[in-house]
Amino acid sequence: MDRLSLAASNVLVGNDPLAAAIEVGPLGAKLSVRDGAVRLALTGAERPAALDGAPLAFNESFVLSEGQVLTLGVARGGVFSYLAIEGGVSGEPMFGSLAVNARAGLGSPYPRTLQAGDTIAVKSATPAVERRLDLPEQLDAPIRVVLGPQDDEFGDAVETFLAGEWTISATSDRMGYRLEGPQISHLHGHNIVSDGTVDGSIQVPGSGQPIVLMPDRGTSGGYPKIATVISADLGRLAQRQPGRPFRFQAVSVEDAQAAYRAMAKLIRSLPDLPREAQHAAIDLDALLSANVAGTAIDALTAE
Amino acid sequence: MTTLPPRMLPSGDSAITVEFGRDISDESNRRVLALDRRLTQTPIAGIIETVPTYRSLLVHYDPETIGFAALSEHLATLALSTDDSENAAKRHWRIPVCYGGEYGIDLEDAARGLNMTPDALVARHVAGNYRVAMIGFTPGWSYLSGLDPALAMPRRQAPRLHTPAGTISVGGIQTGIQCLPGPSGWHLLGRTPVRTYQLHREPIFLLEPGDTISFARIDEKEFAERDDAASRGDVVAELLSA
Repeated sequence: MDRLSLAASNVLVGNDPLAAAIEVGPLGAKLSVRDGAVRLALTGAERPAALDGAPLAFNESFVLSEGQVLTLGVARGGVFSYLAIEGGVSGEPMFGSLAVNARAGLGSPYPRTLQAGDTIAVKSATPAVERRLDLPEQLDAPIRVVLGPQDDEFGDAVETFLAGEWTISATSDRMGYRLEGPQISHLHGHNIVSDGTVDGSIQVPGSGQPIVLMPDRGTSGGYPKIATVISADLGRLAQRQPGRPFRFQAVSVEDAQAAYRAMAKLIRSLPDLPREAQHAAIDLDALLSANVAGTAIDALTAE
Repeated sequence: MTTLPPRMLPSGDSAITVEFGRDISDESNRRVLALDRRLTQTPIAGIIETVPTYRSLLVHYDPETIGFAALSEHLATLALSTDDSENAAKRHWRIPVCYGGEYGIDLEDAARGLNMTPDALVARHVAGNYRVAMIGFTPGWSYLSGLDPALAMPRRQAPRLHTPAGTISVGGIQTGIQCLPGPSGWHLLGRTPVRTYQLHREPIFLLEPGDTISFARIDEKEFAERDDAASRGDVVAELLSA
């Protein structure tokens, strides 16, 4: 849902920026490790995080050793946090990806949300130093959109859409964010012939309350699409908590593509940005006892 | 016939909707599929993926490789010089459907709205000769052209969050086969035991755009038997011509 945070968590543990990692939704989780130690990094939505009760910093790698419990509380400063694992996740790719789409039966090692008792095979922590990454602060600016492809189905309602204050409904999920705000009416009704959708397509069903299609979206839809959230702002929208108001702002395709390129450049440059963490203590005992193969993370509870 | 140039509509910063028409027409769909084939044969640098639909081709691209204006121009030129004549349907499938009751909870309401009996609605739906115009939404969702205009009905005001696997439904002037459980704003007429998408079966996707379809009415007992066979990987749809 939030590519930049995913990439940041991965580079902190030396992975490819878009390697598979664990996405932690708004509720909490507890994790532990068996047969060794693993290096992890936590980014994205802020939430209480503790290693055996001791508070844990975000955007900084750390080692979880056998016998310790990593506790993640309820998200406070967003919706999704990312937990990357040094060496990545072992699994069987489908269509070139380990990503989960439970509806389609896709995802490895589990084709669904993680549950209590699940284990993930991972690599043991290497004797690297802990690293820290300071990301540019996210501004509370409007969410930028490119109008269309069916903005001509709305007439003056496009102005209502851009002038309105919106909140995300609690019934939203990874497939779609339902918006609550002013009524958006159609010029010719809400039935169009189904056509293709993208991440960030904003479709308006007959209820007049738009739905922003998110990464688990269908590949086509039959409600007119008034606008598309630009790629660079989709992660920021994904992290918007239900009930917190925001606005949209229309930009040109050219400006949206400039923002896309800037974001892509930032993600590419991430591996060079982390610096050595000042206060990170390396658990030498854990590293010495680390078993190179057969280390496993144990999701004790996924609340 | 005059061939109009398609409209190039931005779908955000990394996709273009190449729109050949606004309605369901086999002519537009043929042009969509022809442009899609052309792009497979002669790829354009920067194009990542294409999604053919009834009336438009959605082209996902990388804005770091090619910009909106340049790609639009390129696609417009290709679309006008692409021959859509070799697009004849090659396969015909007969798909079993159990209509009404718990299998199609909207059948009675839909029939009332159309001022006909549920049986008359089913008879008209079964009589249709359909063509797979696109595969989309969720894996295996097959959108069909060829619905009897007398069966057209507006989509529901608010989509349902949960509809069952195998649902056969009508939305607007479209009908379709939904493979996986999921949200839908269409009217649910029945269910088929056929899995149009099944992981670990060969082929994973049963239908392709251009295939033709007819439906056969089955009862609950037959549904249960074929559903059981389908769960073990049987295709359970009849391939009538190859």
